[in-house]
Amino acid sequence: MVLSGLSLSHFRSHLLTRIGFDGRPVAIFGANGAGKTNILEAISLLSPGRGLRRAAPEDLARRPEALGWKIVADLGGHEVETFAQGAGPRVVRIDGKAAPQAALGRLARILWLVPVMDRLWVEAPEGRRRFLDRMTLSFVPGHGEAALSYEKAMRERNRLLRDQAGDGAWFGALEAQMAEHGAVVAANRRVTLARLHGAMAGAQTAFPAADLALSESGPEDVAGLAAALADGRARDMAAGRSLTGPHRADLLAVYAAKGVPAAQCSTGEQKALLISLILANARALAAEGEVPTLLLDEVAAHLDAGRRAALYAEVCGLGVQAFMTGTGADLFEGLAGRAQFFEMREADGVSRVVEGKDVQ
Amino acid sequence: MADGPEQIEDLIGLMARLPGLGPRSARRAVLHLIQKRGALMAPLAAAMADVAATARECVRCGNIGNADICALCRDPERATGEICVVETVADLWAMERGRAFSGRYHVLGGALSALDAVGPEDLRIPALVARVADEAVREVILALDATVDGQTTAHYIAEQLAGSGAQVTSLAQGVPVGGELDYLDDGTISAALRARRQF
Ligand SMILES: Nc1ncnc2c1ncn2[C@@H]1O[C@H](COP(=O)(O)OP(=O)(O)O)[C@@H](O)[C@H]1O
Ligand SMILES: [Mg+2]
Ligand SMILES: [Zn+2]
Repeated sequence: MVLSGLSLSHFRSHLLTRIGFDGRPVAIFGANGAGKTNILEAISLLSPGRGLRRAAPEDLARRPEALGWKIVADLGGHEVETFAQGAGPRVVRIDGKAAPQAALGRLARILWLVPVMDRLWVEAPEGRRRFLDRMTLSFVPGHGEAALSYEKAMRERNRLLRDQAGDGAWFGALEAQMAEHGAVVAANRRVTLARLHGAMAGAQTAFPAADLALSESGPEDVAGLAAALADGRARDMAAGRSLTGPHRADLLAVYAAKGVPAAQCSTGEQKALLISLILANARALAAEGEVPTLLLDEVAAHLDAGRRAALYAEVCGLGVQAFMTGTGADLFEGLAGRAQFFEMREADGVSRVVEGKDVQ
Repeated sequence: MADGPEQIEDLIGLMARLPGLGPRSARRAVLHLIQKRGALMAPLAAAMADVAATARECVRCGNIGNADICALCRDPERATGEICVVETVADLWAMERGRAFSGRYHVLGGALSALDAVGPEDLRIPALVARVADEAVREVILALDATVDGQTTAHYIAEQLAGSGAQVTSLAQGVPVGGELDYLDDGTISAALRARRQF
């Protein structure tokens, strides 16, 4: 699904920004603080969740006004609006009708790589799980609902655990819900790993293949998970939270060619693995005729010239709509004639697109 | 804008507390009522006073009527051996609008939620278990929301009724996730009821 138009109103540093896209890759360049990442963040909000900065809706509103914000997008012919007012929640409207956020997952497949993810392989499992779930959502649009239901049932159970309250039947009923949705979550993730492995095997790519696995987090079938949760009640009560289930799973990656775990790879190799996964994800989707949207924030700057050229070649070859940012136009020279170019500038706290900078 | 006299402002304040009304729409509604005070406002006030004095919850099923036992529970034709369990009175009325169901109901008054501090004792679950024994109930149909809370409650009730001899069924899925019965159209409710299955 192609993003052909984007309009930001009172969104972060943007007062009113309108940009049209033609489906080719997009290079956005400009000085630090010009408002480039803010554009990618706006696009990331065309998918379910809090976007690539995981910001609260009220933090997205342009300051000092802080009234609210609005994004309107033309996504494959559908008009998608998302906005928030004051401290209110984020609202989504598709073709003029109110829609749950989860519905966005069915319209577009949006994946991103941002600089804070450079430490993904060495930090806590939560970030890796979130990355995996984002990829999973791109393959299985219903994954968001399953994950939300699982989490809701788990929060209910955790409350009972902490209150040291509730009868066995109440626990059992919640565990049945956790098991039902948790098994779906686990199965969706397995599907995703299989798809990624399939897309990495034998692919023509300059980026390293990864061997992926999920850490042990308990049974993944409905009956087994329900039984494990029931068995673990006393232990979980002592801990004050649920210690079994897919919310504990970790994404494990090994740099395949070297047999080295991702966390022990060099900084550059770790980044290359992430790019490799994003590209594998895009290849797998493209093979099914889905055109994913990639948001690659400051990716070009950290690649040597050869890898950068390889990235551009793969992005163009896949026909995915990739939005890439960088400080200078020179970083994107290799895309001349194959991409759209936009320069961002900031003046008096307002970000603007400088028109007519299409590099030929 | 010049404010009306104090009683009118008080009335607007009360109206604005109704679901679906805000200060603006409440003001508009009150103005409309005042303009039609003979034809609309006075009868409305009388009807409200009447309902405020007579409305009560049925001690058996939780429906709202004007007697301790509601008309549905009094009607002998409704003693079909089937009880349909719903979360709210609004759900019960939605089922009745569709004329989908000819048995009796049981209104829980919500759904289990530890986070919202709603436990089994806050819902009318013990009363349901007692009714199943007392009223020779053959089938209990769970018409609860397709939300985590609704389905947790369904599981809990099924567990409480295990061994009661009554069959426990639930509405067919296809009711939208998080969808509430009250928002479904009559045809959808009838179809979901016909396609009910063993819980
Ligand atoms: N809610 C907000 N209101 C106004 N400005 C904001 C808000 N949030 C962030 N900004 C500003 O947006 C500017 C541009 O951010 P960003 O898009 O990250 O820049 P870059 O072009 O370096 O990626 C920053 O200077 C930041 O202060
Ligand atoms: Mg940036
Ligand atoms: Zn009754």
